[in-house]
Amino acid sequence: MVFEMSSGMIRGLGTVVVAVAFIGLALWVFSPRRKSEFEDATLLPFKDDPEAIKHVEQEQASRSNKHV
Amino acid sequence: MNTSTSTAYNYKVVRQFAIMTVVWGIVGMGLGVFLAAQLVWPELNFDLPWTSFGRLRPLHTNAVIFAFGGCALFASSFYSVQRTCQTTLFAPKIAMFTFWGWQLVILLAAISLPLGYTSSKEYAELEWPIDILITIVWVAYAIVFFGTIMQRKTKHIYVGNWFFGAFIVTVAILHIVNNLEIPVSLTKSYSLYGGATDAMVQWWYGHNAVGFFLTAGFLGMMYYFVPKQAERPIYSYRLSIVHFWALITLYIWAGPHHLHYTALPDWAQSLGMVMSLILLAPSWGGMINGMMTLSGAWHKLRSDPILRFLVVSLAFYGMSTFEGPMMAIKTVNALSHYTDWTIGHVHAGALGWVAMISIGALYHMIPKVFGRSQMYSTGLINAHFWLATIGTVLYIASMWVNGIAQGLMWRAVNEDGTLTYSFVETLVASHPGYVVRLIGGAIFLSGMFLMAYNTWRTVRNAEPADVVAAAQMA
Repeated sequence: MVFEMSSGMIRGLGTVVVAVAFIGLALWVFSPRRKSEFEDATLLPFKDDPEAIKHVEQEQASRSNKHV
Repeated sequence: MNTSTSTAYNYKVVRQFAIMTVVWGIVGMGLGVFLAAQLVWPELNFDLPWTSFGRLRPLHTNAVIFAFGGCALFASSFYSVQRTCQTTLFAPKIAMFTFWGWQLVILLAAISLPLGYTSSKEYAELEWPIDILITIVWVAYAIVFFGTIMQRKTKHIYVGNWFFGAFIVTVAILHIVNNLEIPVSLTKSYSLYGGATDAMVQWWYGHNAVGFFLTAGFLGMMYYFVPKQAERPIYSYRLSIVHFWALITLYIWAGPHHLHYTALPDWAQSLGMVMSLILLAPSWGGMINGMMTLSGAWHKLRSDPILRFLVVSLAFYGMSTFEGPMMAIKTVNALSHYTDWTIGHVHAGALGWVAMISIGALYHMIPKVFGRSQMYSTGLINAHFWLATIGTVLYIASMWVNGIAQGLMWRAVNEDGTLTYSFVETLVASHPGYVVRLIGGAIFLSGMFLMAYNTWRTVRNAEPADVVAAAQMA
């Protein structure tokens, strides 16, 4: 069987590549292993500021208390 | 590097860019208000070539995008990259060069555009010697920014820096590819591309100037300053990663929607339209991520006008990124293209999103880099917020009305197939809208004067010892 690299084939393959990339990205991002890394990274804007990190942690504590 | 400077952030270049953001904001928006007045009273071109609309309009767009917006991006990226990487700026001398080099670019634009030197490409009007200077400054910017990331003390690269990084890399590529031109003299060059190809390259550049300069860069700002001002981490770090990759993958394809119903091949137009429609998803992903950061703490908006600037800018971002895909649909575009609706859409993004998020970021940053606990007057920030919001709403509402009226009048035909209205009749119908736009723009500009006064009073109160102390790393 001979595959012809027509413009339609190239477009189709392009769609497949982008779809696979997006699904791969989603799986990577939502992997539970990444959770603690992201929790770490999300605090970076406050990490260099002792005052701010205190406020953020207080607020997070009060938020998690509400859920209990 | 165990020198004494490595324990302090480099705020000098941030201070310089922050002050010039306010200055160029007033110059660029002042020019905009003057041009709006010319459209109400055409006599204001004074019958001089240097003050004609065609020469001042590129000066306005370059001043607000590259002088005001550019300085805001330099200031906020240099500030937040140091703080999220917990390190001082890489290559401080090159950082200093980016400031003076960028100001020189702006100065050369302010001289060459009124004199009529232009490559005639929208948002890339500057002639080839200035293009080369921009390239050199931009490479210097990349060296400082990525060098700072390389020497970071933190494990992760914060998501805001990903956006700033994408903005720096992509703008370099866009600028170089679109400005490939053959110089015929020191002040005149011709594009390397011809015909429809030239138009496609130009709007690939033009739309990605929106996508990467005016969106990715300012999203970098958003991801630092919204959480920081709200003292809450970003709503979802996962969403921010998906948002980042989806946005930069899709934006690059949307350019052809600027060329609907032109000589551009039909398939390229359809591709541009479809990609523009899909772009709604990542755009709103970013908007929701910023807004939801406030979830459960909306009360902070009541007392904090800086946060209000940041959050309302996100609302305008959400609105204009809905409007944009809608206008990219070919049938809608048939009505909206070449009308004032486009100008209204641009300003919903430019005033509502870009300017308001920059203003919010500056009000957060200026006291911090000048060693003050807060701006001189919170009341003036609040007044500025309302002036900016009312000004933007008047601007975009008047342009909606004008744009739809123009589109409907231009396409109206009589039973025998002749046009119902002459062009000048649509101009007469647009006149009231131009008056309202002038008023809205002037209101927005007046807010910038409050900001300049507030900044001047804040900076005047700065003590040299406090300025040094503020830059120390905790």
